[in-house]
Formats: sequence, C-alpha cells, structure tokens
Amino acid sequence: MQWETVIGLEVHVQLATQSKIFSGASTAFGAEPNTQACAIDLGLPGVLPVLNEGAVAMAVQFGLAINAEIPETSLFERKNYFYPDLPKGYQTSQMAQPIVGKGEVEIVLDDEVRKRIRIHHAHLEEDAGKSLHEDFHGMSGIDLNRAGTPLLEIVSEPDMRSAKEAVAYIRAIHAIVTYLGISDGNMAEGSMRCDVNVSVRPKGQETLGTRAEIKNVNSFRFVERAIEFEVERQIELIEDGGKVVQETRLYDPDQDETRSMRTKEEANDYRYFPCPDLLPVMLDSAYIEHQRATLPELPTEKRHRFETSLGLSAYDAGVLSSTRPMAEYFEAVLAVCGDAKQAANWVQGELSGHLNRENIDISNSPVTPEQLGGLVSRVLDDTINGKAAKQVFAALWNNEGQSADEIIDTRGLKQVTDTGAIEAMIDQVIADSPVQVAQYRDADPEKRGKMIGYFVGQVMKASRGTANPQQVNGLLKQKLDEA
Amino acid sequence: MHHMTLTELAKGLKAGDFSSRELTTSLLDRIERLDGEINSFVTVTRDQALAAADAADQARAKGESRPLAGLPLAIKDIFCTQGIRTSCGSKMLDNFQAPYNATVVEKLQAAGMISLGKTNMDEFAMGSSNENSFYGPVKNPWDHTAVPGGSSGGSAAAVAAGFAPAALGTDTGGSIRQPAAFCGITGLKPTYGRVSRYGMVAFASSLDQGGPMARSAEDCAHLLGAIAGHDLRDSTSVARVVPDYLAELDAPLDGLKIGLPKEYFGDGLDAEVESAIREAIRVYESLGAKVCEVSLPHTHLAVPAYYVIAPAEASSNLSRYDGVRFGHRCDNPVDLEDLYKRSRAEGFGDEVKRRILIGTHTLSEGFFDAYYRKAQQVRRLIRQDFMDAFEEVDVLMGPAAPTPAFDLGAKKDPVSMYLQDIYTIAINLAGIPGISVPAGFSGQGHRPIGLQILGQHFAEGQLLNVAHQFQQATDWHRRHPTDQETT
Repeated sequence: MQWETVIGLEVHVQLATQSKIFSGASTAFGAEPNTQACAIDLGLPGVLPVLNEGAVAMAVQFGLAINAEIPETSLFERKNYFYPDLPKGYQTSQMAQPIVGKGEVEIVLDDEVRKRIRIHHAHLEEDAGKSLHEDFHGMSGIDLNRAGTPLLEIVSEPDMRSAKEAVAYIRAIHAIVTYLGISDGNMAEGSMRCDVNVSVRPKGQETLGTRAEIKNVNSFRFVERAIEFEVERQIELIEDGGKVVQETRLYDPDQDETRSMRTKEEANDYRYFPCPDLLPVMLDSAYIEHQRATLPELPTEKRHRFETSLGLSAYDAGVLSSTRPMAEYFEAVLAVCGDAKQAANWVQGELSGHLNRENIDISNSPVTPEQLGGLVSRVLDDTINGKAAKQVFAALWNNEGQSADEIIDTRGLKQVTDTGAIEAMIDQVIADSPVQVAQYRDADPEKRGKMIGYFVGQVMKASRGTANPQQVNGLLKQKLDEA
Repeated sequence: MHHMTLTELAKGLKAGDFSSRELTTSLLDRIERLDGEINSFVTVTRDQALAAADAADQARAKGESRPLAGLPLAIKDIFCTQGIRTSCGSKMLDNFQAPYNATVVEKLQAAGMISLGKTNMDEFAMGSSNENSFYGPVKNPWDHTAVPGGSSGGSAAAVAAGFAPAALGTDTGGSIRQPAAFCGITGLKPTYGRVSRYGMVAFASSLDQGGPMARSAEDCAHLLGAIAGHDLRDSTSVARVVPDYLAELDAPLDGLKIGLPKEYFGDGLDAEVESAIREAIRVYESLGAKVCEVSLPHTHLAVPAYYVIAPAEASSNLSRYDGVRFGHRCDNPVDLEDLYKRSRAEGFGDEVKRRILIGTHTLSEGFFDAYYRKAQQVRRLIRQDFMDAFEEVDVLMGPAAPTPAFDLGAKKDPVSMYLQDIYTIAINLAGIPGISVPAGFSGQGHRPIGLQILGQHFAEGQLLNVAHQFQQATDWHRRHPTDQETT
C-alpha cells in the first residue's frame, strides 16, 4: 500500500525580551541555578504577574510577518497541572483567545518548489523551570531560572507531508523570528523547541490517521530523524495488523528512536480557565499599524527581491536570504562593490568556505563586509586578478592588513597590464623553453589551446601572479603562432 | 485610650497627651493580658512595634505632619510582611516568611503607622466564623461563646476588644463586613481594583479585596485614603485618582435616595436583625433621605455562583502549596506523588480541602460549561441587577448578615455556614463597594448587628459619607464590650 505522512508542528520560540513575561527577572541564559528567579517566578504567596509589553509586541510582529489576523482581544488562561519545575502549579498560557490568529508561512523545498503551510494560531505563554536529575543522590534538583521566560507557541495545521517539509517549515519559522529579531533562534540553548504531530494514512484517504505527538525535539536534524523513525514505526505497526494509539512520545537521539511517554488516557485534564490576575490584552489598529511599521524586510520578500531586482539565481537568492546575518552581510558587500553577482559569488564561495572550515558564524566573520566589498571592487576594476584576490582574501582573514587596497599595495599584487612588461616576460619564457615551443609549433592548431597553459603558467609565475591573465593569454598566442 | 478612634488618638498624640510609645505599649500589654482568651492575634510584633513607635515619636518631635503617623493597627495574617511570618491561618504557611511587604503594608508604613502584629483568620480566608484557623478559633469579645465572624475574625475581634484601634482585613465574599457586623465595628470592602492585591495571599483573585476595619467610618476614610491607589505590581488595580475621602464625610444626606432590596428582607432574616435595620433606615429618613424598595432579582443565584467561581480560582491559586519550594513539607517523602499528597493533606484544613475539591471538579473537562461558564453568566446578571438598581437610587441598604453572631461550634454543616454570606457575596461578584456599620444589638446575648450600605463602583466616598452621618446621629459604634478576663 502507498502511505501518506501527515505532519503538524508546534514550535515554541523563546522571545528575546530582557526580562520575563510576567516579572522583572532577567532572561539571560546560563546563570547559576535559581539566581534569576524572583518572588514572582518562584510563585511565592501573594505575588502577581504583570504582562511584559515587549513580549506582546514581539508576538504581534510575528503575526504580521505571517499575514495573520491579530484579534482585538486576547486572553491569558491558566493551564493547571502539578510538576516540580512549575512553581505555581499552573502555566499561564493562552488557549481560547490567542494573540495571533490564522496565518501562513511559505516554505521552499530543495527542488525550488514552494508550498504554503497554514498556521492555526500562535499564543504567548510562560516557560517552566528545569528539573535536574543528576548529582542529587536520589532526589531531583529544580532550577527556576527559565521559569517565566516568554514563549511564543506557533501551531501549524497538519499541512506537511514529509520530514523534509517539516524541516523546511522549521527553517522558515527560524528565519522569520531571527529576521524579526524576536528570538535568537538558538536551538542548542532551547530557544526553539518543537512538538511534532505525526500520523500516516493510505494515499488518497481523506480522514487523518491517529497521531502521535513527539515532544520537545530541539534540532533540525532530530526533527527529521524523529519523523522518519515515527513514520516507519506507524506504517509497520499498521501493516502488521496493529493500531496506532494517540499518545505522547519522546525522541531519543542516542538510540535514534521514539518511545512512549504517556497515552491519551494518562493525559492531564488541564482545567483551563481565564487567569483572574491578568486583564485581557486589547490591541487597537493604531498599535498594530505601529508594529507593522517596525517590521524589517522578511526572508520571503528578500529572496524575491534578490531574484527579481538583483538578478540572482533562485538558488543564490535562497542561500543569501536564509538568515538575516547572511543577508545583511551580502547586502553590505553589495553596497560597497555594486555588483550583485560578484558579491554573491564571494560570499557563498571564498567567505562561506572559510567560515565553514573554521565553524565560524557569519556574524563573527573576521573579514568584514566592507573589507570584502573593497576586495571585490578591486577585482571588478581589474586592479587585481582572481588569483591575487584569493591571496588578498587570505590576508584579510588572517588579519594581516586593514583593507584590500593596503594588502595589494604592500604585497605588490597590483595586476600588471602594461603590454610592454608582459611582452618582455613572454619573450623571456619563450627563450627559456625551446623544447616546449617546438612541440607547440609542431602540434595541430586545435591541440595548441591546451598546450598554451604551460606558457601562461610560466609567465604568471614570472610576474608573481600579478600579470593580467587575459592579456598574457592573448599576447602568448600571438607570439607563439607568429612563426 | 483602648476604645478611642484613630481620629481621637491622632489628636491625643498631637496634643502630647501621650506618646506613640505609651499608646503602643499600653495596647501591647493589653493584648498580652487579654488576648490569650480572645485569640485574635497569631503573631504579636512587640519589638518592631516599639521601635516604630519610638521612631514616630522622634519624627513628631521634629514636626511630623503625616496624619496617621505613630498610630498602631493590626494586620490580617494574609498580608505579606517582610521578615515576619505570614501564615494565612494555615499549617501550610506556619513556617513562611515573605521576603517582601504587601503593597498596602508598604503604604501604611509610609504613612507612619505601626503594626502591632498579625491577626487570626479562617485558613486562606475560607470561612465565616474564624473557626477554620490552624491557630484555633477566635472568640467574639462581646460574648465569648460566640464567633467573631470570618474570615477577618481576628482583625474584627482585635478592634472590638480594644487591642488595636484599627485593622486591615480582606473581603472575598463578606470577610470584612460580616465580622465587622458581628463584632460591632465599621468595615469597608472597597471596589474591586481600588486597593492593590500585591502581597495579599490569594484566595479567589477576581473577588479578593483588602480594606479597613475600624471604630468609625471616619477612621475607615483615613485608612482607605492611605491604602487605595493604582499599583504597577497589580494589573487588576485601577489607575484612578484617590479622592480625599475625609472631605466628603460631612456632606448632608438631604435627598439621598436609599433602596432596600426586597430580597435582603426575606425568609431566613432574623427578626431582631430586621428590626434593627428598619430602625437604622428610620434614622436615615430623619436625616432627609428618601427610601424605596428595589429588587435585585438574581440574588438567590449569588451563593451558588460564588461557590463555583471562588473555589475554582482557589483550587488553582492554592496549587503552589506543593511542599517543593516553601511552606509545609511532609517528612521523608518516598517519591514526588507522596510529597505532594502528604504535604497537602497535612498542610491544609478540611474547609480548604473541600473548596479545592469543589474547584477542581467545576473546572474539569465536561463540567466547565455547566459550572464555571454558567456561574460567570450569573455573575454578569448579578452585576447588572446592581447597575439597574443604581439607576433608581444612590445607595442600597440591608443587613450585613442574616443573624447576629452565632455560637462557636453551632454551624457544623458547610452549606449553613455558606448561607451566612447571603447578603455579602453578591457585592464581591459585582465588584462594588460595601460598608458595614454597627446598628444595634440583639436582646439575647447582647450581640452586635451590622447595617450594610452598598454603592456604585468607586463610590467609597459616598458610602463613607452616608455611614459617617449615621454615626453622627447614633452611638452604636461607640459602644464596646466590657473586658471578660475568663469565660
């Protein structure tokens, strides 16, 4: 039988506010346990939450970025359950009236096929703390630093049909939130976590199969692996005559498998009800328009512009718009050199090669976009040839000079375009290579093209790489073919 | 001195008749001598009180001008006080010291007032007799076989017994007004949002409101002026100017339109209470007020709606008492579930457990619409009843409670206890202010009777004015019990 996979995702994005969603405590990552939890985060008696306006603004910006409805009124509710790292015994969240309504996100697959994924809604909520099970001699430690950190939970419709689509979707969400600057998007530190809903159904069937929810997957790769494992598990189960049960599962990256956490019957009754300590959030159109005005150009728009007005290929536009730092770097290079194609080549070629090799993020690149732009300009105006340009780049990378011009000057890499000087070098090479000259001249004209490489190399060597290769080529041909 | 009003004591301090230290010492000594019997205080903070009194005396010598400076009061043990235990009447918080002051405590300190200590209360403010306290019941100073009312029973008894000229209470369904009535003092529940709830241990967040309990409406006006106002730490507090409540006190009542809700004079109302209230209404008529009957047709739904909404919120508010971070923790838990179950089973009393169970049930899947949602609809109808009535009249009047104070141990059945709040609960559901003022005594046992006056949202100034004028014409509020050293 042919099976179809159906995937829906709940992505929890940690918002980049300075303080927590309902208290003034800091949200910085990595502090000593329980040093960033105030009385409100600890849920001490008598304390009250006060909504962080920054979190509201960020949620609204996200909603606008995905063309979602922003309801006039949204409401915080309490999701009640007991857990040691949940200080109040409830999580303040949103359910019936979330801050962001229906919207959509465009994803681009490997083959440049585009697809729209519908967003059901996105809501604000507070994060819980962390339970630590090691080093406590049979007890558990609780770190409440993370408790109260603002999260935006983005809930998609079940619109994805493969692990690849799911990953493309998460990448798209990642790009949007980092472009907006509303999250650092750091998955390793838990700034983005996904709950993945997976089901399978016979191809052509309308009704959805029974789904399993895989909780808390925290990398692009794990999302892909968890889905692939889960799809295979469900298909095998059904083909062997079994039934998928609705349950919550956990992905174990070490074993590369998903395991059952709890079934539907064991699920909590969260007893949602409106939080009486918080007023409804009322947003008027003036506020929403104000937020709209702060939106930067978003990844999809940027990609489109790179293709249409800059004339880049779909592939180049996709890569260069994939993250905001990448796009900003590219645009800064372009601003200096003025040639989109060359700027794209240099960012994706020499620069990305170096960054990847040394595992450096583009925002920490040792070569600034201004420096790279200066270098590309010198290639474009023929001051240096390609070979010298790579030397200049290496020198910039190693911080051996402030600018391309300085390095070109101090190392004498300026391209030699003086015909006389090049001719002198060619004459010398011809004089020094009688055997090769004879072979060349004996050869069929169509084979000569290959043989000329030797002479070009010798001349370039003699010029220490500075001769203009096109000129060398032309003059050599003339001189060798003369006789 | 033990039965003087704040206003009189302020004059005495100013005139140099006594110092703040003398006043404070005298009250502390009296508490020490007599409160073993009454049990109105859970914690007496003698050292802090005397230090604050000395500071007040020094400030006075340098020309202190704050009107309440150097005056003592008692604080219900539901308000968090930095470094001093806040038990909320519960074993669960017997070991709890907040690292912060409630906003109202801060404001009273800023006004220069001196806290004598923390008063007894029904556990987590759940009760109408103060019999649900981990620290034992409080006795009514007028009759030691009677309850003082609840949940602010300790505060009411302390004021009536001459231990403190005033106290802070909280009112979720009548917890200021009913004990004020039972103990013969004046108690005001402000409009929801008028007084910050920050640092006030939550029972039912959408209903809880702190307020003053004192020996006169004038004293309540002083205190409300000190504690009211917007608080950035409480999103439900209202950003609205606090008027000068004292300035309104003397306005004449000529032409005041008083409505008597007919539902507040029906079955179940004690005959002596009714005649005392009718007599009080005649006093108002003699002051120039016009009286008519009005109807609050959804009154009978108030108690049922309240006992859905308040326990629902309470069940969630009290989830934080899990033995993990603070409060009572059972000995040697074997696992997490055992820790939760035993800590909560041991830490909470029966009434609190009952309400957590009710609230958990009414919020459960499958019951939410029938209970919680329905109760919220009823709540809107009740509020509308009041809005409609205030189209016709300025204030509403009726009894604060259906009977005078009942005997300790008399009400074993929770529902008969809940019906104690039949005249007070709707006010919390509607969010409007209400004040209870002494209006007579029952013949048998000489137990006080309270008149309740209700006004529109933020009409505290008017309520205080109406209550003050009554107190200018009567002396019920000036009566006080005689000291009974033993029962």
